[in-house]
Amino acid sequence: MIDGFLFIQIIIGFALVVTAVTAVRLKNLLAAAIALGGFSLILSLEFYVLQAPDVAMAEAAVGAGLTTALFVLAIKRTSDEEVEE
Amino acid sequence: MRSTLIIRTVARVLSPLVLTFGLYIILHGHLTPGGGFQGGAVVATGIALLMVAHPPEYVRKAFRHGVLNVVESGGALGFLGMAILGLMGYTFFRNTIANSGFLLFGEGTPYGINLGTLNTGGTLPYMNIFVGLKVMAGLSAIVLLFLLSKGGDGK
Repeated sequence: MIDGFLFIQIIIGFALVVTAVTAVRLKNLLAAAIALGGFSLILSLEFYVLQAPDVAMAEAAVGAGLTTALFVLAIKRTSDEEVEE
Repeated sequence: MRSTLIIRTVARVLSPLVLTFGLYIILHGHLTPGGGFQGGAVVATGIALLMVAHPPEYVRKAFRHGVLNVVESGGALGFLGMAILGLMGYTFFRNTIANSGFLLFGEGTPYGINLGTLNTGGTLPYMNIFVGLKVMAGLSAIVLLFLLSKGGDGK
């Protein structure tokens, strides 16, 4: 009943939700940025499974690489702990 | 937060592979998935890895914002130049180099099922290279300005 394609879809969807919730819940901002990079990487895997390798490459390079670098540089300037108002 | 030995070693091992993969995507843009934008983004990721892993003094010496500016503008002008080259044939963007016997990327396209010949495509590989240069320079300039901007505590 459940073939390989659907199985991969379910796994990827579950992992996307887990990494997104992790990125929101983490108190350490550096760890949250890394979790967001993992979210982007899994999303690019989903694009590849859906047969859009172009979009997967752009997502992996921009989402997992460059935005993570920008987040790390921004955290380097400030504190890496979340400040409660 | 300084750059530790682990970060520097990982960057030294990983960045040549990332840069080579990006150049591969750009040069094979007319045969395989990906192209100028994707390859340029991958190359910029490798450059960003180098920038994050090394101290700002080295980065300031190694990368100049003015040079990146010139490369980015040159990429845009080169893309438009290749498009205007089509006016030699019939219209804007016409592929005048394909199948013309020109030395680079001008070889005749083989018929039937084949693995793909790198030396074909006419103006497409040139446009991919120019778009790759522009995207690479633009995205690395963003990371460079982010890294070296004098804001906050004046660092």
